[in-house]
Amino acid sequence: MSWKLDVAGVGKGSPLFEFSVPNPVLISAQVWQDRLKNERGRKLATFLQLTLNGLAVGCIYGLVALGFVLIYKATELVNFAQGDLLMLGAFVAYMAVVLWGLDYWVGFLIAVVVIAAFGALLDLTVLRRVIGQPQFAVVMLTIGLGAMFRTFASVTWGSEIYTLPTPFSGVTNIAGVTVSHQYLSIIASTLVLCGALYAFFKYTRIGIAMQATSQNQLAAYYVGIPVKLIFSLVWAISAAVAAAAGILLAPVALIDINMGLSVAIKAFAAAVLGGFGSIPGALVGGITIGLIELYAGASLPEGFKDTAPYIVLLVMLAARPQGLFGTLGRKKV
Amino acid sequence: MRFLFKTAYEQDIRLFRDRVAAMWYGLLAVAVLLLPALLSGYYVGEITWVFIYGICGVSLMVLVGYTGLLSLGHAAFLGIGAYAHAYFLQHGVPWVASVALATLITTACGTVVGLPALRMTGIYLAIATLAFAVIIQEVFTRWESVTNGFAGMPVEKPVIFGVHFNDNASFYYLCAAILALTLLATRNLLRSPTGRAWIAIRDSEIAAQSMGVNLAVYKSIAFAYSAALMGLAGALFAHKIAYLAPDIFTILLSIQLLLLVIVGGLGSLHGAVFGAIFVALLPPIIAILRDSIPAALADVARATGIGLIDGVGRAMGDFLKKPGVEAGIFGLILVLVIVLEPLGMHGRWIKIRLFFSTFPLYKRHTFKRQKSYMKSERLR
Repeated sequence: MSWKLDVAGVGKGSPLFEFSVPNPVLISAQVWQDRLKNERGRKLATFLQLTLNGLAVGCIYGLVALGFVLIYKATELVNFAQGDLLMLGAFVAYMAVVLWGLDYWVGFLIAVVVIAAFGALLDLTVLRRVIGQPQFAVVMLTIGLGAMFRTFASVTWGSEIYTLPTPFSGVTNIAGVTVSHQYLSIIASTLVLCGALYAFFKYTRIGIAMQATSQNQLAAYYVGIPVKLIFSLVWAISAAVAAAAGILLAPVALIDINMGLSVAIKAFAAAVLGGFGSIPGALVGGITIGLIELYAGASLPEGFKDTAPYIVLLVMLAARPQGLFGTLGRKKV
Repeated sequence: MRFLFKTAYEQDIRLFRDRVAAMWYGLLAVAVLLLPALLSGYYVGEITWVFIYGICGVSLMVLVGYTGLLSLGHAAFLGIGAYAHAYFLQHGVPWVASVALATLITTACGTVVGLPALRMTGIYLAIATLAFAVIIQEVFTRWESVTNGFAGMPVEKPVIFGVHFNDNASFYYLCAAILALTLLATRNLLRSPTGRAWIAIRDSEIAAQSMGVNLAVYKSIAFAYSAALMGLAGALFAHKIAYLAPDIFTILLSIQLLLLVIVGGLGSLHGAVFGAIFVALLPPIIAILRDSIPAALADVARATGIGLIDGVGRAMGDFLKKPGVEAGIFGLILVLVIVLEPLGMHGRWIKIRLFFSTFPLYKRHTFKRQKSYMKSERLR
């Protein structure tokens, strides 16, 4: 369940995060004072560093959670295969960039378009048939689809670990904080993507039609919105978001067939934390989970890095069962 | 076709529908008793898995199939049962007491998880149980004084009142007996007011509440009972697997258990057993096919003189040998079952039975699903 985020020097044992406490017996008082001052500065730098990296990781979770929420809002299906769409997106980008030697941005575009088309195809062939079935049957269906995608990937690309070269490989040092351009690119892309999606839903005709569909399917159908087409489009958009998240994550977490699963579970936790069905909630939840994960990994004993987000989630759910931004309503009989 | 003429309400809740049904179950029991005499030790061992998975299936069927609560973390209860049993056995507790203690501990854990879960529904409950399972798996890894961490924990063969269950056949009978008792107990619960309350909750919480069903009490009972059965299964699981490690009880095992109840058919105890047969026996069947398909097709190619068939057979064999293919086959079957036969193997069995009992008047549309529109779970 652990995933390799140690590329940019996060994690135990790297010089960035050693909280070394000097031995007061061996060091004279003056030196001790100086050390303590430096220590404070270093702690602040470490904290900022963790915050930045946590934000980046959280953005990835947020993007995947966004995919969950988009599909859920429109069709009330919960798509557990979101993480595997992410994995497929990363692999397609890898194929385009490394195997075919295309430009990074061309590869990015190809992967996003291919996975978006694949998402629409999934809706067209499988998922449209199960609308109206119990929610958890659909959860299991998408889990099954995810297993199939993983098998497909392992048969096609093998179970090795790949790296995706990226144009953002530099590092800038600001006041003792190492700002990796990869992480910056993740945060910036998330902002751009969210802005674009917001504008799409707010200002375009088809975006407003999607909002209408998610509010009331039957009423939307009556006013002449092509509901089936809208469903396919929603699937395409959320698959595209997943693919983009996969490509952004690929340089940081390496590409392998299981990369999607752990991300998807945490993103799912993020979506629930924010209140399933709330788009800002998904992003806030994602960033919260990302930050908790990195803070816990750096300051708590080993083993808490992976469990701390879940402990927080459980406590939060016990206190507020509908999530942070969720609305609690009684079900109609 | 026979029609049951019901003259009393008690007939609806009888243990067996009629004498014919009782006779069939009796025949099944005899077949289960005779099986080890007819099969080799390897197959007896594999069928023992059916019984262990059967107990897990009954446990999850009560929660998912009858009460309508989704749990993505039942592997954690299985793990708690297995580790507790192994720990008590290591400290010299007799087998029966150890199993009872392990079941008690899992029941307590189930209740503790169930209490906050009472306020959650659907997807929130799923993620809460999943979070619980992730935390428990980490506990298995880190609590080394009890679980021995990744080094693992050996489990001895069961000894009950001085009787040693060393070989496959004796353990087979032990598991079969426990599964039979589990089925009987669960069937009795289901035909009692408790079971009817569970079903009412599954079909509509609000309607159940209006009829005077105490949601908190009955959901807690469902969670506790399900966890208890899982703990019991865990004890047998520990013996069967003989060596416990934390990475056995992952979310993938939880998903496999859910797959079991769905493929078997939700909302029936038959489904739990059908699903257990499917989950336990598919991997050995794939292993057999892996070797026999290329060989069989090579024979066909030799007989017909078409080299292509041989190539196809070898390609299929190679495909089945690749890592991860088994999970994909499970996934494919899961997708096909949910799309084509949402009631699972048990639903298919009912259709086949009706086909023969009404032959030649079977109407396919008897089971035609009504047109389903999206039912909103949100209130607007």
